[in-house]
Amino acid sequence: MSDIKKIKDEFFQKLKGNLNLPELNEIKSNLFGKNGIISLQFKKIGSISENDRKKFASDLNKIKNELQDLINNKYNEIQNAEINKKLEKEKIDVTLPERNFVRGKIHPVSQTIDEISSIFSEIGFSVEEGPDVENEYNNFTALNTPDNHPARDMHDTFYLDEKRDKLLRTHTSPVQVRTMLNDKPPFKIIAPGRTYRSDSDQTHSPMFHQVEGLHIDKDINMGHLKGCLNYFIKEFFEVEKIRIRFRPSHFPFTEPSAEVDIGYEIKDGKIKIGEGDKWLEILGCGMVHPNVLKNVNVNPNHFQGYAFGIGIDRLAMLKYGINDLRSFFDCDYRWLNHFGFDPLDVPTNYRGLSR
Amino acid sequence: MKITFDWLKDHLTTKLNEEQLLEKLTNIGLEVEAVQNLSIGLEKFKIAKIINTQRHPNADRLKLCDVNVGEKELKKVVCGADNAREGLITIYAYPGAIVPKTKTRLEVTKIRGVTSFGMLCSESELNLSDESQGIVELNSKKYEKNIGKSYFRKLNSNLIDLSITPNRPDCLGFRGIARDLAASGFGKLKYNKNKKINSKLKQYINVKIKKEKSQGCSIFGSCLIKNVKNTESPQWLKDKLISLGQKPISAIVDITNYVMLDINRPLHAYDADKISKGIIVRNSKSGEEFIALDNKQYKLENGMCVISDDKGVLGLGGIIGGTRSSTEFNTKNILLESAYFSPGSIRDTAKKLNIDTDAKFRFERGIDPLSIEDGLNKAAFLIRDICGGEISKIDIQRVGVHKKKVINFNPSTFKRITGFSISSKEMFKILQNLGFMIKKEKKNLRLEIPSWRPDVIGEIDVIEELVRISGYEKIKTLNPVKERIKPTLNRSQKLFHFMQRAIASKGYLEAITWSFTDSNYNNYFRGTNKEIKILNPISSELAVLRNSIFSNLIMYLNKNLDRGFKDLSIFEIGPIFTGNNPGQQNTVICALSAGKKSRSSWIEKERNVDIFDVKRDVVQTLVEAGFNSDNFFIDSETPNYFHPGKSGRLFLNKAKENVVAYFGEIHPTILKDLNLKTESLVGFEIFLDNLKFPKKTLNDQKTKFDVSDFQKSERDFAFIVSKEIKAQDLINAVSSVDKKLISNIKIFDVYEGENIPKDQKSIAINVTIQSFEKTLNDNDLENINNQIIDTVENKTGAKIRS
Repeated sequence: MSDIKKIKDEFFQKLKGNLNLPELNEIKSNLFGKNGIISLQFKKIGSISENDRKKFASDLNKIKNELQDLINNKYNEIQNAEINKKLEKEKIDVTLPERNFVRGKIHPVSQTIDEISSIFSEIGFSVEEGPDVENEYNNFTALNTPDNHPARDMHDTFYLDEKRDKLLRTHTSPVQVRTMLNDKPPFKIIAPGRTYRSDSDQTHSPMFHQVEGLHIDKDINMGHLKGCLNYFIKEFFEVEKIRIRFRPSHFPFTEPSAEVDIGYEIKDGKIKIGEGDKWLEILGCGMVHPNVLKNVNVNPNHFQGYAFGIGIDRLAMLKYGINDLRSFFDCDYRWLNHFGFDPLDVPTNYRGLSR
Repeated sequence: MKITFDWLKDHLTTKLNEEQLLEKLTNIGLEVEAVQNLSIGLEKFKIAKIINTQRHPNADRLKLCDVNVGEKELKKVVCGADNAREGLITIYAYPGAIVPKTKTRLEVTKIRGVTSFGMLCSESELNLSDESQGIVELNSKKYEKNIGKSYFRKLNSNLIDLSITPNRPDCLGFRGIARDLAASGFGKLKYNKNKKINSKLKQYINVKIKKEKSQGCSIFGSCLIKNVKNTESPQWLKDKLISLGQKPISAIVDITNYVMLDINRPLHAYDADKISKGIIVRNSKSGEEFIALDNKQYKLENGMCVISDDKGVLGLGGIIGGTRSSTEFNTKNILLESAYFSPGSIRDTAKKLNIDTDAKFRFERGIDPLSIEDGLNKAAFLIRDICGGEISKIDIQRVGVHKKKVINFNPSTFKRITGFSISSKEMFKILQNLGFMIKKEKKNLRLEIPSWRPDVIGEIDVIEELVRISGYEKIKTLNPVKERIKPTLNRSQKLFHFMQRAIASKGYLEAITWSFTDSNYNNYFRGTNKEIKILNPISSELAVLRNSIFSNLIMYLNKNLDRGFKDLSIFEIGPIFTGNNPGQQNTVICALSAGKKSRSSWIEKERNVDIFDVKRDVVQTLVEAGFNSDNFFIDSETPNYFHPGKSGRLFLNKAKENVVAYFGEIHPTILKDLNLKTESLVGFEIFLDNLKFPKKTLNDQKTKFDVSDFQKSERDFAFIVSKEIKAQDLINAVSSVDKKLISNIKIFDVYEGENIPKDQKSIAINVTIQSFEKTLNDNDLENINNQIIDTVENKTGAKIRS
């Protein structure tokens, strides 16, 4: 009985003192090791008379728990003291720069193509593509622009062979031809891509981007055309109110044809799309000419619809305030960084086209 | 087409104003491109008198003139004209004036050390004539009292520039524009009664249209005006031409121009006395030559439509006349031509000879074949009124007959195409006002098409006329249906967009460069591809289609290095070309990375970018796109633009079907040749068209989620192998031992040098072993260890390092 009490008093005293880790380990091993003082006491339990055994065991357990708690607390104390000591030394200047990171960017034309695709996706258009090199038939003849048509003058064409049969497409319209030749109506597609004309000055570059649109079904009329483009323009420019004007024009492959203007004003030297009193032409469109439909084996008495062509670079310039068309293709690191988009900024309907 | 409201009023009665006119023009498809006030600034040109001249102290040919411009003080002007002399009345331009010919602004300048205030002008500088010798000499009687007054009269009509689409030749004349405006409700078309020639004098110059294959001329009308006196045009005619920004030349030329502009009827005036024995309209023979009115000599090919006499070619019909028979101020007898040339023939010839004239522009779009007599009547009377003389009868030669075009129009098609309807009364009114003759035939309308409308061929053209004149604002807006029949993007399009952003997210800036390139650059990256030339390139630096994106990318990278950037990563995704047929192109991602990583960093050691940076970007991108890197196969066969020892190519699997990517250092010779100043240049190409999709979607490919909770063990091995052996071979050998138990293999050291025999290297690998069935005991592990060593030694000739 008094043995236990003695042990308790002695070790309580010891554990109250200033201990380091090895000293504490030694105490622990003295008490609870294989032949530790407490361990030995437990071995004695069997030899104690039945009358006293219960009380002895209970006292012993109690002291054991008390000592163990004390030791654990002491461990904590020592470890905390060590951590605190370390923390004292570990102070750095957090204003030093972080490790280098590099940030890639998506070209504004690519971003704009994704925005356009996202908008047209909402109203059921799918994306088609065609080759950059075309033959003269797909680029002109099938589109109701025969060899001697003066409209060909508006297209300064790059040719790839002496016969002038292979060329770089001057617009994305040949994708219409390819799509309709390969499939059966209805058609509801857009076709973004590179286009080429041998023209180079402040507002023209020998390569630029267009998106073609085509919707052919049994009863698609000019009202649908107007509705589709109104929708697109409002979604694309993300402005509350925008003035839109359809006015007659001429393209060999559509009839009736229209050009579409939007309202704008110049505010603080920057162009502002919306309700200004000036007009800016942004696209050409019209009802697909019956001759084009005949050329691609679609019966114009049963099917009809509209087509449109939009300059993508121009849209990007207007939306993002870029002044010089040629800068798109100059590859200036500063420009790409300035006008480029974060790759995580994927234009979608639910997260919005732009931030 | 340039017009003024004033001139339009010759054909149109209207109470509306210019602003309303501009809006209407645009609304009916005659787009207003620009409106210009030609009078602005013209008040800066004054009638002035030279009071005194003296020689310029520093230049023999220059004079210092004191000029009276109507102010108290005389102006000091330096002038180089020989005819600048005391007492001459001429035209003086103030500083700030815009010189009409050069469009430059006059400034107060020092000429050879003497300050000149303003300028004395030549006729050519003022666009009055081509006379550039000397300054303008004004009649002193007439102008003496006007000194100090403005020389130019104020024009009261703005110059309106219209963009006329190629289908509307009729609107290349005032009459046609007025007709369209009247049809749309903008006033009333005036009925201009044309006087008809009624003469006894015969047109005695014989005209013959040769009947031959592809004759470009079908009608040739002409009349003679004898004993004229060509002179300056009267003021009203000069004013008309000047109001359109044109330069009056002589009455005869001005009159033909006036008629052309007014009713879109091109005419040609010959000096009748210079025609030798009659006119023959025929096809040219190869090698024939003539000097045209633009003073250029043209050599003709076979089959061009020429107007000729027995001495040879007089002119190209409908395109340009020749100098041999041109009218001059002393011309006495005039032959006036009014003909019809077919658009195709005109266009062919003009294209071959590269000539662009006003007449050509009109004829190739289609001139009204029934306007021949109107043109002759109008012009002949004007010539007689202004130049005197006697008019002959009109002579008309023709081959073939003009057929009236007729369309059966079903009025219900209008609504089918436009989505709205107009009343039958409205329809009649529009068509009649545009010149259509209408006959009702049951449900249909039988429409006779006006001769000036070559563009109206079918029903759809009639619908266009109706909707255009009714106004596009009448078209109802039908909101789009939000319904998708087909997925927006197909799988390869999805991959394109995914990879584009995957590359950008690794620190590359996306660039877009031309699809064509400099052949010198292209040759470095062409590989075994044929060069694809552009027949008519915009410049010699952009003369071939690119066989690789590297050519453009490296050129622009170099420009950015020159701008002082050192660490650059750029990429482009786009086409490269393998031939000049449609479809001979591939979509490629091409990237370049230059310079260092962690340049001048306080925390990380800087190092050059290297092949393993780009290899990571390639592999990571492919893995992100859903391809299994365990199957990738890599070897070192690469095109010659890569460093032969530090570049690789990647296949999706051992079958090595299509190269998916090349990566590595760019060949040092290219860096040297192109003078690229960078510490290191690495790059890669990923060929999107070679990426074969697994049949299953990414979603279906995912297997059941299955992990082992049994203990895993890691073992390290070091093998000594020949330098020829690739790490890939070693890893494949290890994994072949037991694909189930070996869950991961890592290479953690590669060493060559001391303690290792020459030609050999040491590769240290760490292998993770874990079973799905049990905890492996020492025995099991020992077994696998031995198997690994045996297999690697057998397959690669390696020796375990003890």
